[in-house]
Amino acid sequence: MSDKVIKKEELPNVLKILKETYEVFVPVKEKGFYRFKVLEDENKVDLNFTNTRLSPKSLLFPQSERMFEYSLDEADEDAYVIKEPPKDYAPTVVVGMRPCDAKALRLVDVNFVNPEFKDPWWARRLESLTLIGLGCKEPCSTCFCTSVNCGPFNEEGLDVLLFDLGKNYMARAITEKGAQLLKLAGVSEDATSDLNKQAEESKAKAEKQIISHVPTDKLKEKKAIDLFDASFWDEVAFACLNCGTCTFLCPTCWCFDIQDEVNKKKGDRIRNWDSCMFPLFTLHASGHNPRSEKVQRVRQRFMHKLKYYLDKYDNGVACVGCGRCVNYCPVNIDIREVFKLMNET
Amino acid sequence: MRYTDKIREIAKKILADKTVDLIIGFKRGTLPMMTEPVTVRDAEKTDQLYWDSFCNMNLANYLPKREEKIGIVAKGCDSRNIAVHIVENQIKREQLYIIGVPCEGMVDRRKIISLLGDKEAKEVIESDGEIIVKGEGFEHALKRNDYLQDNCMRCMHRNPVIHDALVGDLVEERKEPDPYDDVKDIEEMGSGEKWEFFLDLIKDCTRCYACRNACPLCYCPTCFVDESDPQWVGKSIDPTDTMTFHVLRAFHCAGRCTDCGACEQACPVDIKVRSFTRKLNKDVLDLYGSEAGLSIEERPPLDTYRPDDYDAFIR
Ligand code: SF4
Ligand code: SF4
Ligand code: SF4
Ligand code: SF4
Ligand code: SF4
Repeated sequence: MSDKVIKKEELPNVLKILKETYEVFVPVKEKGFYRFKVLEDENKVDLNFTNTRLSPKSLLFPQSERMFEYSLDEADEDAYVIKEPPKDYAPTVVVGMRPCDAKALRLVDVNFVNPEFKDPWWARRLESLTLIGLGCKEPCSTCFCTSVNCGPFNEEGLDVLLFDLGKNYMARAITEKGAQLLKLAGVSEDATSDLNKQAEESKAKAEKQIISHVPTDKLKEKKAIDLFDASFWDEVAFACLNCGTCTFLCPTCWCFDIQDEVNKKKGDRIRNWDSCMFPLFTLHASGHNPRSEKVQRVRQRFMHKLKYYLDKYDNGVACVGCGRCVNYCPVNIDIREVFKLMNET
Repeated sequence: MRYTDKIREIAKKILADKTVDLIIGFKRGTLPMMTEPVTVRDAEKTDQLYWDSFCNMNLANYLPKREEKIGIVAKGCDSRNIAVHIVENQIKREQLYIIGVPCEGMVDRRKIISLLGDKEAKEVIESDGEIIVKGEGFEHALKRNDYLQDNCMRCMHRNPVIHDALVGDLVEERKEPDPYDDVKDIEEMGSGEKWEFFLDLIKDCTRCYACRNACPLCYCPTCFVDESDPQWVGKSIDPTDTMTFHVLRAFHCAGRCTDCGACEQACPVDIKVRSFTRKLNKDVLDLYGSEAGLSIEERPPLDTYRPDDYDAFIR
């Protein structure tokens, strides 16, 4: 399908049409930072954002999710039967997802849906989503997506990619789902070859504007055990607070913990985000903790992202270069420096 | 900034003459307005040490249970937390060589970032009470005192309370008429309004515990939120559990908190967690006339017992 054009003043109208069929999420600035929220007023949509503070992974993988519910009341005929509560899989559109975050969903997908296991909630939510991405025409100095098989206009994982071209958006359908969505929204005007050219220029300019680069070429051939035993970990880890900020903000971190919460005779089984930065993450019931030291936990995070994932799935590193951890680690532990250490030493 | 050379000089000397085994200080960050806590063990490597208005973490956090002799760079608030650690037996005074930094207040990186909106600071230079922020197509000269961290704006103890060396002349302490005007605003609310205020305050909390982990006071081997047997508090982002965490943590810091602001600086979602601890700081000041960490001689008011206490229930 050829690229389409949406005049900026028409965007509210497009969103209004989508709202009739879909739950629509857009970036909303609230309490000082952007997050994806359900679209309320299409006339107030503001796509002039760099990125959301937390990654959009919570749309598919909420921080706290009620998986099952049960009754412990013997008088109940369903006593002790674990049941899935009703969940919402309404067709949903996300508008304005950055290409790195869309790519991250693909990286996480191999973990949640694979020949061995299938996470039903992740899978069904992903199916119900249509992702309208927004290319990054002004990447930040902390973005290093082009080093990790991604880029400011990367298409992987998206259904539609928008190019912001001043008065217009150029909309490129990437999947059939995306093409259908544009059709439904009445976006039918073909982009002129001039607009097409502008889009390509904007993309080339943005790619050039990425000033952060990390080396990854030797990660694969290195032995995991050598990296594990490398001498730099103490120095990398010293300042770390084990605060988990890096993993909670990260679009590719997927770890969770499952908890039962019981109130009188009713119980819920809940899964909550967890993080390898927390000591509790690996604490055994015996009291033994195989990662009792901070340095072991810091090493785990980087080894998982930059080595174990790569080795296990042969799908690149588990980092899309969004720079969230770089910007929000309170003690400036910068993954770009760790890429260098792991790749070069 | 001007203290950097002096910090390096002192560090070099005390490493070379073996007064200490290592120095805990800051190094320059990889981004503008960021610094990283660092250890230096080699007198030849003290050039890593660095100081500017963004050395916002509290280095006392890195002390508990260390065995070595340590040189530590300390602002007013860090020095008070060091004093708290000494009183609480987390470290011994003899182990420490405190390199005191008379503090002019830390500049709040997030205030500057939010001022810039969708623009990015590419370079930030400090000179003469000004912060020059440069980026693509703009340059702002900001008065540093307008962009201090909230806690620094109200800080009454900017000079280190204990130190073995000073990196500059003592600064004048502020004589704010009322350092707790913000707390009073909350105190004046009705109980329903307070409840709403605090619920809204923690609405975005991710339960990451960065605030706790950045805090030097939170050195418990297992925090109550991490206990699993019994499990005192649920782990989801249910508001009741989140509130339980915040309120209990604040009480655990009562009479010990120095209002260093590390908690707020660490929070990934900008929650003003000091709103909890500051009320208790004020109460401890009002009720006991005490502020945390001003002396290494005195026990904190909430773990002191006196046979002549004026309250009958405790006698
Ligand atoms: S590791 Fe950091 S830069 Fe990489 S995807 Fe996660 S948050 Fe982004
Ligand atoms: S192990 Fe750590 S780095 Fe890997 S996905 Fe889990 S939280 Fe993220
Ligand atoms: S954000 Fe920084 S301090 Fe916090 S756990 Fe991650 S690396 Fe450690
Ligand atoms: S609280 Fe006081 S001593 Fe601490 S950084 Fe702020 S001004 Fe300096
Ligand atoms: S650092 Fe912020 S988000 Fe994390 S637990 Fe504390 S208040 Fe909540």
